[in-house]
Parts: sequence; C-alpha cells; structure tokens
Amino acid sequence: MDLHIVAPLASPEERAAIDAVLTPLIGAPASGRAAGERPYEEAHLAHGGHEARSRRDLLLPALHAVQDRIGWVSEPAIGYICRRLTIPPADAHGVASFYALLSTRPLPPTAVHVCDDMACRLAGSERICADLQRALGPEGEPVDEGGATWFRSPCLGRCEQAPAALLTVAGDPARRTGGGPVSGPAILDLLRDGSGARPLGMDDAVDTDGGTSPTEARLARIRRSVPQAGRTGLRLLRRIGTIDPTSLEDFVAAGGYSALRSSIEMGPGAVIDAIVAAGPVGRGGAAFPTGRKWAAVAAAVARPKYVVCDADEAEPGTFKDRALLEEDPFAIVEAMTIAGFATGAERGFIYIRGEYPLGEARMANAIASARSAGFLGADVMGAGLAFDIEVRRGGGAYICGEETALFASIEGYRGEPRNKPPFPVERGLFGGPTVINNVETLANVPWIVLEGSDAYASRGTPGSTGDKLFSVSGHVARPGIYETEFGPTLGEIIDLAGGVRGGRRLRAVLLGGAAGVFVGPDALDMPLTYEHAAEAGATLGAGAIVVLDETADLLDLAARIARFFRDESCGQCIPCRIGTVRQEELLARIRSGRTRGSVQDELALLADLGRAMRDASICGLGRTANEAIASALRLPGVLA
Amino acid sequence: MTAHRDRPPLPGPEPTGSRPTRPDDPPTPLSPIVTDVPAPSPRIPAAPPAPHRPLLDMTIDGRPVAVPAGSTILEACRAEGIDIPTLCQVEALEPAGVCRLCVVDTGGRALTPSCSTPVTEGMDVRTGSERVRHARRLILELIGSAVRMDLAGPELPDGSVAAWMAEYGADPTRFGPPAPPAGPDERDDRHAGHHRAPDGAVAETMAQPVKVDNDYYVRDYSRCILCYKCVDACGAEAQNTFAISVAGRGFDARISTEGNVPLPTSACVYCGNCIAVCPTGALMTRTEFEMREAGTWDAAAQTTTETICGYCGVGCTLSLTVQDERIVRVLSPLGHDITRGNLCVKGRFGYAFVQSRPTDAGEARTG
Repeated sequence: MDLHIVAPLASPEERAAIDAVLTPLIGAPASGRAAGERPYEEAHLAHGGHEARSRRDLLLPALHAVQDRIGWVSEPAIGYICRRLTIPPADAHGVASFYALLSTRPLPPTAVHVCDDMACRLAGSERICADLQRALGPEGEPVDEGGATWFRSPCLGRCEQAPAALLTVAGDPARRTGGGPVSGPAILDLLRDGSGARPLGMDDAVDTDGGTSPTEARLARIRRSVPQAGRTGLRLLRRIGTIDPTSLEDFVAAGGYSALRSSIEMGPGAVIDAIVAAGPVGRGGAAFPTGRKWAAVAAAVARPKYVVCDADEAEPGTFKDRALLEEDPFAIVEAMTIAGFATGAERGFIYIRGEYPLGEARMANAIASARSAGFLGADVMGAGLAFDIEVRRGGGAYICGEETALFASIEGYRGEPRNKPPFPVERGLFGGPTVINNVETLANVPWIVLEGSDAYASRGTPGSTGDKLFSVSGHVARPGIYETEFGPTLGEIIDLAGGVRGGRRLRAVLLGGAAGVFVGPDALDMPLTYEHAAEAGATLGAGAIVVLDETADLLDLAARIARFFRDESCGQCIPCRIGTVRQEELLARIRSGRTRGSVQDELALLADLGRAMRDASICGLGRTANEAIASALRLPGVLA
Repeated sequence: MTAHRDRPPLPGPEPTGSRPTRPDDPPTPLSPIVTDVPAPSPRIPAAPPAPHRPLLDMTIDGRPVAVPAGSTILEACRAEGIDIPTLCQVEALEPAGVCRLCVVDTGGRALTPSCSTPVTEGMDVRTGSERVRHARRLILELIGSAVRMDLAGPELPDGSVAAWMAEYGADPTRFGPPAPPAGPDERDDRHAGHHRAPDGAVAETMAQPVKVDNDYYVRDYSRCILCYKCVDACGAEAQNTFAISVAGRGFDARISTEGNVPLPTSACVYCGNCIAVCPTGALMTRTEFEMREAGTWDAAAQTTTETICGYCGVGCTLSLTVQDERIVRVLSPLGHDITRGNLCVKGRFGYAFVQSRPTDAGEARTG
C-alpha cells in the first residue's frame, strides 16, 4: 500500500497527544516519513510499514487522544495517525466519522452531552435542552471561539441519577465526567465558572474522591445507585461500597483472587465443567449459555485465542455494569483471568463505553495494580499462566455492544457487525477464537468457582440459574441497581425499588430497554426469568426496567426510541438503515395526526416494516429496532 | 491489509478459461511457434490437481440437490436455475451481504443472505416463501424510496430492479413523497448519532447534487445504495489504493474520500475499477454522464468490441462500448481470470487517440 496523505502536518499539540499514546506501544517514529517529512537520506527508505500496520487496533485510542486533547479531530491529526500506523486516511476518516463522541468538525474544547433518553426524559431533560439551546445555541453549534457546545445524548447509563449529563473538557489532562441530577442553570454555571473544579451533579463527587473517603460516607453515596450496597446475602454486589475499588489489598482482603487460586488448582477442564453445570446464560441480552461458549473456545485449535469483556453498556435504561466497573473492578479482572486460564487465551480486552470515564479509570487502575502485583502478566500468581488485559474505550456507538461490531471497533475498523456464522467462538477478535462475555456475566464466574455449580444452580429457576442485576429507573421511589435471584415477579422488583413514586398508578414498564418491549400492568405477575419472559412474548434483555406511571407520554417515548435507532444504526444493511428512518417518520406522522391514510394504514405499514427488519437485518439492532415501538402502540389508550 | 468483514472463502476460479468468445470468431489457427513448444521439462512440476470439492446434499425449494462444498447458497440456487435478486453482489468481489435482497429461508430465526452463506450438509433452503418475498418486497420499497434506482438493473446479469419491483409488488411511494435534496456536501458534514427530527410529511432520501470534480468520472450519490463494492474494489480486493471508505453512520453513511476532499486531491488513481462494479450508476464515466445529460446515450445503438489493451505487456482484455463509431466506454469482463474486471487509468480512459480525427488535431495526424 502506498499511503497518499494530503492533509498538512498536524499541529505540535496534536502530534504530542498522538505520540503520547503510540510511542510507548510502537516506539517513536522510525523515520522522518512517519513524522510527515521525507529527508534526503530516506528518499528510498521506509521503516515500520508492516509492523505499524499490524497495530491498526491503536487507531481508535489515537483518535480518542486527539479528541481528548483538542476537542475535535482534524484531518491533519488523522493524517499523522495514518502515517504512524500506516492506515489509509480515507479509512481512518471513515472510522473517526463513525463515532458520536468523536467530531471531525471543529468544536470548542468543552462539550456537555445531555441525556434525553428514557429515564432522563421522564425527569425533565427537555427543559435542560431548552435552557442550553437558549444559552448556547443549537446543539453541536459553538456560539463563539473557545466557548462550549452541547449535544443531546442517548442513554448515559445514569438513569438512577436522572436527569444526567456527561461533561468533556479537552486539554492535558482532559476532564471527562458524568453525573446527575443536573439542571440547565447548574450546567451553565459550571460552564461559566471555568475553574474546572465544580462537580457535575451530586454523583460527580464519586469521580473526584478517588474512592478513598471513609467507608461510611462512601457507602451512603453509593447507596444512591445501589440501594442494597453493604447488605449481606448479595453475590454480585457483595463488595460494592464496602471496599476501596482502587485498592488491590482491599479486594484481596475481601476474598478477591481466591477464585483464581481455586481455578488454577482445579484445572481448566474442571472450571469449564463447573460453569457448564452451573448454567448461567449471558447477561448482556442474548442469554447464550456461558459454559458452551467457554467450552467451544477451549476446544478450538486455532491460536491465539482472546477473552473480551463487553462493557459497552449502552442499552437505554441499563446501568448495572457501570456499578461493577466503578466499584468492584478487580472482580472483572479476576473473572477475565479465569476465563483466559480456562480457555487457553493469553490476551484479554475490556471494551468500555466512552460514556463511563470513571469505570474506565477504575478498570485501568485495577489492571495496572494487578499487573504490578503479579496477578496479570507472563506468570500469573506464579502458576506459569500468561494473561494480560488491555482497556479499550468506545466512541459513542450503541452498535458496538454487538459482539462482532465490538471486535471490528477494537481492531480499528468501523463498528459494523458482520454476518454470523462464523460465530466468535470460531472466528472472533483478530480472527481468533474468542470468549466474549458481558461484565455481569463475568461477575458470576468467581462465585461459581468458589461455591460450586450446585450451590449456584440452586438459586433461581432451572432455566435461569443464579442471580440477576436489574437496573430499575423511571417513576419509582428508589431507582437503582437491584440484585435478586431469578424468580421474583416484575411487581416484586418494582416494590423492591419502593414502588411507583408518589402513589400514582402504573401505566407501563419498558422491559429490556430500547431493544425490549413495553408491557402493561397485567405483566406485574410475570416472574422475571428468561423462560417466563419468552413465554409472554417479552424479553429481559440486560435487565432494564423503566417504570412509567400514568403521567408518562408513551408516544413521546416511542418516538425517542425511533430516534435512537435512526441514530445508532450502523448503516450497513438496507432494512435497518432505511427502515429505522421510515419508522421514525411514521411515528412523527402518528404524533402530529397527519397520517398517510388512517392510523390503521400506518400501523399496517409499521408492521410490514418491522417484519422485514426482523427477518432481513444483519444483526440484533435492526432485528429488534421495531419491537418496543410496536409494543408501545399496542398498549391500550396510546392511540386513543 | 484485509477488510475486517469476515466472509466465507469463495470457490476457486472455474477451470475453464473464461475469456468471452463471440460465436462468429473464426477458429484460431495454431501458429508454428505454438506447436513447437517442447514437452514440459520433468524438472518443472505439473500444476497441482484442482482441489477435490465433495458434494453436499441439501434441498432447495423441496428439491434434493448435490452442491460442491464451499459454494454459497446463491451459487447453488443459480446452478439450479432459480433466480434470486441481488444488488450488492458482484462476481469479481467477495460478497458483502448488505443489501439483503438475496435473503432465503433456511429455517432460522432470521432469514439468511444467500450471497455470503456457504451451503452446509442437509441445509433446507426456501427461496420463494411468503416470508422471503415479504422481506424482498420491503427491501425494494425501502431502497426505492431513498435512492434513485432508474439506472440500476438494465445491465445487471439477472434482470432489472424495475422488473423486480413489479414481480414483488413493491411500491416505494408508500412512505410518502421524497424530501427535497440535500445541499452540496451537506450529507458529508453530518455528525454520527445526530440528525434533525423529521415531521413525517416527506420521506428522507439520498438525493444530493452530483459530484463532478475531475475529467474522468462523476459520483452521483443520489444513486448510491452503499453496497461497499467501490470501497472493496478500491481497497484490499483489487486496487489497493484505499482512496475511499464508508464514512458517517446509519442513514447518513456515505462513500467519502479522506476528509471529503475532491477526487483530484485524494489518493484516487482513476483506475475506474469502482465504476466497473457500481450496480446502480452512481459512479459513471464523465463521457457517459455527459451523453446521458445531453440525451445522446443510446444503449440500443451500442455495440461491444473486445480487444487487448496496447499500453503495456500485461495484455488486459478490453471490452469497448461503441456508439456511432466512437468509443464511449471501456470495461473489462468481470469474469476474466486475469483482470477480474480491473484496468488502470490508461486502459480505461486512455482511448481518445483512437478516435482522434484530422479535424481534431490538425493535418499532422492523418492515421
């Protein structure tokens, strides 16, 4: 490949940001050419082409570095990354323009991303957007040089703090922080202040205290997100709020790494047998048996193998993984190491959505601490086991939660899913056999190893073993993350969260997020297990429960979901790329009353669309993009 | 550099040479030079035998058939004479599986793209069930509602989009009248994950001005279905130039050069291999574009002449489209086992000298 780079040389600041990421990993530019020069003595000489090209997976981290430092990614910056990594600039432009959190247009250093998705919508996010629009102009349009801009954002995974926002301030170091509840005036005060010290919403304090404040104070704050924190009897959440998540010593003192030690004593085969017998299924939404995945990768002949943790938790209404990443990150490191040991993988990746800066920082810290203490690296725990983990940050793309899209994103390509088969256990990350598990799924692993598959399988139901985390938000008294064993009904979970707020009547529940379905009050008696949900034509998804009382505008929420899928479709296949546009237009007509033909005609068209999208789309995004909308319109009284 | 999209390996090239011959070709006389070639030296090993491809038993529309392993479902169906519409499939490139028009029912939860799915033992394929026909109808309606398809089809091997629309009863106007076209480069500037809320009165489309920025070809992305063919042909599958990529996301996805710079500034080398694989006329030579604009492009009056490119020693086969005694377009057969449809800028665009007349260049040029 003969690189043809037309952009002028990147600014010193852009180059410094890029080199800060690339140089530790691939070395300084090997020739003047990589730095954009062509000195005479190198006229017929070029170094590093093949080697650099093999590190295309560093493209996204390098783009993030520029976005973090400057606030947007210029073509010269892309050109410099391309020189360093030997990537065609058109390809890199295609990647940079794929992600919502990267901007290829000039933007001021400061941007506020206001969540206007399900729970935040119910909590008044439109008022915040109106305030910001008045003060800062239309979204994405900076008012003046050096000012700030704002964006609407899909779910930020802070539904229990609704309305929430994400603040990004470019610089060295960049400030990226999420928090809530926020208000328009408070955000504008923060922007005017300029000191960078003011917290964004109440929970932002968690981001800045480094996790080291006294346990009681921490616990009180964490209970705002995890109301059960500190209680006994919890499995998945048992360490949340009770240990310092930045301290490996705390983790080990609280029983950490005993599961890895047991695993090494048991041997890989016995670990996989235990997972298979315990029977957990994937908690990310697809509910595939975890043990079968592990066994398939362990049996695969091809090398190298990979372990990937999908921490791209972007399903609207879902925020459970955020708590695990932020408050018990070592548990994920330990579980990934067990997965690597059991399946014979030596490299792991954890892909964390870009909207979770604290989770990313805590994971990066946990991995570094574990590595320096010998829990990761060439000889884990002195057992001759080699395993290490790299953190990758998503760029604001829901589709990257789809496993094959996530692989493409890590590899430095556009986050587009591919046709399956082949499945990841045969051909996954970098073409190798890959175990890919959700954060919560992995959190089950140490528990299974330590307590045995019988003890695990004795909880829940035969079809849904173990415990589940539910993200409960919307019109409930105590929104938050709740752990229960599988089996309680939807009504019981809502009661656990304090019931419908203000004594109002329940109107509906969005189960499973945007890819889920709306159910009416008649579903309160449905036990929340995979088998019962499937039987009722619903889905648990990743366990999102957005509770809606009689004041909720279901058509508005359905329209928001339609907008979500229009924005988040990767654009690859026709049914999803154009179908998501058409169903948003159709909902706009229903809402405005200017239907084409009767409402029944529109519903028939929506059903036609939904069926084709479900049958013919490449991946789960297109296949489910119609379900929630159609189910909302089916609820009594919505199309009155 | 390989594209990340995983695809099953295509079966190897057919053993017979695929250079097209015309029925009226005289039998090729054997020259003495050819007959005098000595027997192959024993030191040169014979070509390895073609790999044995076992036959797999499967059923297509209830009919039991035996298909060579490694074939795609599409190949198996076409071998059985079953017509399956395709838009994003081109024989010279690996299947992308994105237009979804070729879906068939293999009994799974979703339909299966036949172009990119290899056959398996015992597979039961339905190519014309109500479920399949519904999906194809909606896909045709969706693409027809967003993209100018009037040039897609007439030169496709298996029929035209208009014929498919009729066959499947597709009505692209069901989604409302088309929205006004986007301004120049407006679509290229869209930020992923954000769009202006629609009112539903009109259906958003790909409509936008034609990009005319060089002497060789134009890019009319109003006609683009994002089949990835041009990107694959420009990149790892043929040309290795990587001048274009898909940029943006969702409905705002588009084919773009780096930073949307004009082609003359970009890495483009004007091989035109993207034009050759474009199924909808979104990429078109400047000549064809201007003749169509002027209303002088007349497919019925055109003949095709095959010849060998005279520029270099490779000897690519050229397929000249000739109208009114003038070359109006140069292609290379996609099935050709040397070129696979690819040419370079000279072969594809360097034909002006052929039709240079004395009146064009003065009395010095008489031949």
